[in-house]
Amino acid sequence: MSTVACPGCDLLQRIPPLPPGGKARCPRCGGTLASRPAASLDRPLALTLAAAIVLIVANTQPMMGLSAVGRQASTTILGGAYEMWVQGRELTAMVVAFCVVIAPAGYLACMLAILLAARRPPAPPWVGQLLRWADAVKPWSMLEVMMLGVLVALVKIAELATVTPGVGMYATGLLVLLLPAIAVAFDPEEVWKRVEWAHGEAGATAAE
Amino acid sequence: MSDAALGGAEAGLVPCHACDLLSRPARAGHPGHCPRCGAALEWRRPDAIQRTWALVIAAAICYIPANVLPVLKTTTALSSDSDTIMSGAIYLYTSGSWPLAVIVLIASVMIPLGKLIALAYLLITVQRGSVTSNRDRARLYRLVGIIGRWSMLDVFVDTFTVALIQLQPLMSVEPGPGVVFFMAVVVLTILAVESFDPRLIWDAGRRREGGRA
Repeated sequence: MSTVACPGCDLLQRIPPLPPGGKARCPRCGGTLASRPAASLDRPLALTLAAAIVLIVANTQPMMGLSAVGRQASTTILGGAYEMWVQGRELTAMVVAFCVVIAPAGYLACMLAILLAARRPPAPPWVGQLLRWADAVKPWSMLEVMMLGVLVALVKIAELATVTPGVGMYATGLLVLLLPAIAVAFDPEEVWKRVEWAHGEAGATAAE
Repeated sequence: MSDAALGGAEAGLVPCHACDLLSRPARAGHPGHCPRCGAALEWRRPDAIQRTWALVIAAAICYIPANVLPVLKTTTALSSDSDTIMSGAIYLYTSGSWPLAVIVLIASVMIPLGKLIALAYLLITVQRGSVTSNRDRARLYRLVGIIGRWSMLDVFVDTFTVALIQLQPLMSVEPGPGVVFFMAVVVLTILAVESFDPRLIWDAGRRREGGRA
């Protein structure tokens, strides 16, 4: 049994040991309190490695190509942000680059370091810092939204020219599946349990 | 809700926002740092209501130019054309892909507006100390957090349209000033959701019960 305060409504409650794949919900506000994935660290590590490779492919291969009246053009993900920058919308270009390249890459890099460092407990305190960064950057990773945006753009342009999806597009599609799979397979509590305490466990005034 | 329901704050326990560890701070006024991960402890997110209001108002102001100013300018050898978010959706509808037109309309017009209304509603009910439909308000807050990111859709549509259609002098597309304001609406509302503290929804009931006892 462990005592937690619900992050949604602050209700104090005890969580019974969860079976693998189990989930606990707050009885008052209905928010998720804890979930226990089936395999603790190996599965998210495998998924993160796969996602890191796919991310490189997605960012180096063209997203889509266009041909009209004998002319060819193609763009990568960063190429899109770069064109925005060139056209004088620097702020928008930076936000786009952050949401579709920097945030997913940063999240994967943090996860990779966390999962590798937590394999041999006790994990050093910087693992905790990386967990906080991974948590902060995750809501800004918007590859699935970009994917839909690219599809809408393709349909719009298809009226004017012949468009063909590129390798980068398929790789992005794969990433859109892999990123939530990592989040589902990963239980941060599993890592926090292994992290060395910042102020020493003995001197702590922790509850229980 | 049972009578025994006790919040962390009443019990003198504060959960770490970073690692969820529950600890008993030495002094209530200055909870200090989490003994496990070292993050600063706080009873509630600091100045949640003021910060969220500021972000909601800023987003509401940006919402107007985002919808009025053009997001795309199309230049061909013969003509030049400007599209706002709304006329982009209408173009999709008239060109025969109405499912995409509906998606764009929901993501770009309805979600940002709904988010602003929902956040204002949550802020006003918390400030008035409302104790009714707490569960629904908690659910609304979670929903706003989940769907908010999808309004970035139009920014990505514009980015990739601009990147591909650079066939000077035949045809070229450039981003209009509306896209910057639209992007600002999305970013500001995401920040507003993060600065709000859903626990405030439940604090009013606790205060009222405490007053009665």
